[in-house]
Amino acid sequence: MNNAYTRRVFLQRSLAMVSASSTLPLFLQRSAFAVDNPFEYRATASRAGVPEDRILVVVQLAGGNDGLNTVIPFGDAEYYKARPQIGVKKDQALKFKGKAGDGLALHPSLAPLMELYDEGLLSIIQGVGYPNPNRSHFKSTDIWHTASPESGGQGNGWIGRYFDNTCDGEPEPNLCISIGDKAPLATYGEKVQPVAFEDADLFRWVGDELHPDLAQAYQTINRAGVSGEVDEGSTAAFLMRTALDAQVSSDKIRAAMEQPTSVNYPGTKLASSLKMVASMIKAGLGTRVYYTTMGGFDTHAGQAGRHDRLMRDFAQAVGRFYQDLKNQGNDKRVCIMTFSEFGRRVKQNASAGTDHGTAAPMFVIGDMVKPGIHGAHPSLTKLDRNGDLVFHTDFRSVYASIIDQWMGASSKDVLGRKFEHVPIFEAKKVG
Amino acid sequence: MASTSLKPIAAKRFGYLEAQHLLNRAAFGGTPTQVQALVSMGPAKAVDYLVDYEKVDDAYLPSPDADADIWAPPSKEEQELRRKAYRENKEEARAKVQAIRQQKQGQDRRQLAKLQQWWVDRMIATPRPLQEKLTLLWHNHFAVNYRGCEDSYLLLQQNEMFRDHAHGSFADLARGIVRDPAMLVFLNNDQNNKRKPNENLARELMELFTLGVGNYTEQDIKQGARALTGYTRRDNDFHFNKGQHDPGTKTILGKTGKFNGDDFAELCLAHKACPRFVAYKLYKEFVADVPKLQHVAGEQKRMIGRLGYMVRHHKYRLKPVLKTVFRSEHFYDDAVRGSKIKSPVELTVGLVRTLNTPQRSGRLLTDAMRMMGQEVFNPPNVAGWPGGKSWVNTSTMFIRQNLATYLITGKPPFNSGWSRKQMNYDATALIGDLDKPTADAVVGRLSDVLLGSAATSQRRTQLRQFLKDHNDRVTNDTLIALLCLITAMPEYQLC
Repeated sequence: MNNAYTRRVFLQRSLAMVSASSTLPLFLQRSAFAVDNPFEYRATASRAGVPEDRILVVVQLAGGNDGLNTVIPFGDAEYYKARPQIGVKKDQALKFKGKAGDGLALHPSLAPLMELYDEGLLSIIQGVGYPNPNRSHFKSTDIWHTASPESGGQGNGWIGRYFDNTCDGEPEPNLCISIGDKAPLATYGEKVQPVAFEDADLFRWVGDELHPDLAQAYQTINRAGVSGEVDEGSTAAFLMRTALDAQVSSDKIRAAMEQPTSVNYPGTKLASSLKMVASMIKAGLGTRVYYTTMGGFDTHAGQAGRHDRLMRDFAQAVGRFYQDLKNQGNDKRVCIMTFSEFGRRVKQNASAGTDHGTAAPMFVIGDMVKPGIHGAHPSLTKLDRNGDLVFHTDFRSVYASIIDQWMGASSKDVLGRKFEHVPIFEAKKVG
Repeated sequence: MASTSLKPIAAKRFGYLEAQHLLNRAAFGGTPTQVQALVSMGPAKAVDYLVDYEKVDDAYLPSPDADADIWAPPSKEEQELRRKAYRENKEEARAKVQAIRQQKQGQDRRQLAKLQQWWVDRMIATPRPLQEKLTLLWHNHFAVNYRGCEDSYLLLQQNEMFRDHAHGSFADLARGIVRDPAMLVFLNNDQNNKRKPNENLARELMELFTLGVGNYTEQDIKQGARALTGYTRRDNDFHFNKGQHDPGTKTILGKTGKFNGDDFAELCLAHKACPRFVAYKLYKEFVADVPKLQHVAGEQKRMIGRLGYMVRHHKYRLKPVLKTVFRSEHFYDDAVRGSKIKSPVELTVGLVRTLNTPQRSGRLLTDAMRMMGQEVFNPPNVAGWPGGKSWVNTSTMFIRQNLATYLITGKPPFNSGWSRKQMNYDATALIGDLDKPTADAVVGRLSDVLLGSAATSQRRTQLRQFLKDHNDRVTNDTLIALLCLITAMPEYQLC
């Protein structure tokens, strides 16, 4: 009796699933599946005990951000000797409270970051780089993206490999979203193809603007799901599912963007990217990694005013974004990581700018960080033969900490070998 | 049971859909008239026509307008400036050197953008489509990207080398690549010298270019790198730097001798894994979206094995192998037709060539290709574009659909201020030869032209319904609307 009942329920459910499978988009199918089935499908499998809803937001500062004018060693006379015109004045720099920040300060335009620091939400890693630094933008960017200095930046991206190592089967759509017209190398992998768009308004078909009558026919075609005329496992079926996923994602993403945000964002490019990210996080898109980029850091000439503006735009965007996440109640789910392909030369050049350099600080932001400044400021006198800072922390150590501790995956599998962790996380908050 | 026969398809089985399939795979699609022309030739002659393309005159195509000297060796003045800048550490001289470099970088990147457009235009205009398709295949096989060599002229030279040998001999391509300046820079062989060997090119030559993983050892890489020492370039040309070359005895792939880089390439070509690896690449390009070679199984594995035998038999000459594939029963099997996902280049160039759409902004086309994940001269890495399902996700699906709409109507995705004047396209030519252009006949024709064998009856019904909703009026407007709808179908991504 009991047995028969169970079986009937099971049959009904499996029938429901069969019909659902041809019409529902992939991720809805999976959530339906998860409700009914204890063997829940996992888009990305974190280590047991690590929540699946954690998010990483990457902010790339493209062009080579001047680390020395970001975290400023105002206590070191060498700094002002090397940078008579572009050195940030001691009385203007934002000094850190507490002993860890002795002689160090943030750029005056980084006030929103100093607020995060004071709230215990900012972790600064000093002197980050890699052996035999490459000073070409492209090459060094590729090295950071692939986490492979040995190969000169060849291969797939580290985020792509993270997904390769954690995804089974046909992955959910939108696991990785990059704001920009082309997905960065960091997000390339074997399994998950990064979703990239610059403007949510382009994340849709625009043919219906030709004539309103087209909209309905288009929707009928693209929301039909898998046609009974094609085999479920065929490429045609994959395309039909993706088309439906695209429609549903577009609805969600564009609806999310239309909602007012809880804070006002500045009109800068990074701010608008992060605003989009915040909206998508709020909409519960199921995305694990968001990637954003801010350009313009290649300050070879007339650096002072330009770098001030860059710092201001960067810090304001990140500050507002964090506040938005707090207001949403999503702040504890999100870890933000910033990097640049290299820092800049210690000595200013003849055009009151700086040339391509090497080591620089990285920021990791979130409720889960162990706040403070990790590692010593690189020496301004013991330089390499180009007059550049010598790194002491491999950037892959930072990646490894994030992959293992925050994302709950295995950095050894993703990065090819073990890297010592940097103590940037509060163990009890990431465990 | 799908046909695995490499025997030629019977002439009577070579109809419209078969000829269209041939054009989709061995070219970039074609207009209904072109498809009909191939049908009348019959399969044997049609394949000859496409493959023996050297008989087709293309002298009228514009040559690329490129400056070979953007990165020419420094002039006397520049050398003096550099000496001041770096030996004497003069700040002002350094700033000048920097400014010159930045100016050249800007110039070179603009030239790259021009060359990208030139190539896409060439693919659209060429009367030898297979030559361009093969050139793109070799670009993807011996993948070099601009990021890694930052010299647009070297990429153009390489592109011309691929085009010259496109349907010639794979052996010549492999021989050419170890002396190709763009590749030597990209894989750092210009830094490979006898004191400090750099293994990058040696590794990829075996792993990605000729043999595939599992067919060589780490020791072969080390010894191969020694053979390649001193293979560098001087300005735009290959240069053998004898002083940097390690002339000693090496053991590579089981053979021992005082090998140089050219010998190393010959050793790879003589290895039994190489013909099959070449066959795999041809199969992946022209027949099916197969996984990596080590994961290919079953019938596909056997097909690749048989083609590998042919590649070996023909001593790497590509034409006979291509002809066999394009004529084979297997190639026209239902399981093969309409089973591949179009690359962004195939989608873009194919749509223009199939519908004969008017000239649109070249810049917009190359931008769209980049967003769809395929920027020519800039594959993501040395392994090239992975292809297949990786082309399509929720964002690229929209870009594909919007690009098609743009090509047909001239309406760019980002600009809502479109007017009909921008369309400049007469779609009625597509149905001009229909005896009675009834709604049914029109839907049948457009679906044949754009979807071929991927058309389902459900889709035809949906299109038919659209026309019905518009009182079965067959006008340029309703035809354009149907074209936009068809190219926005998930199946339109197939070829």
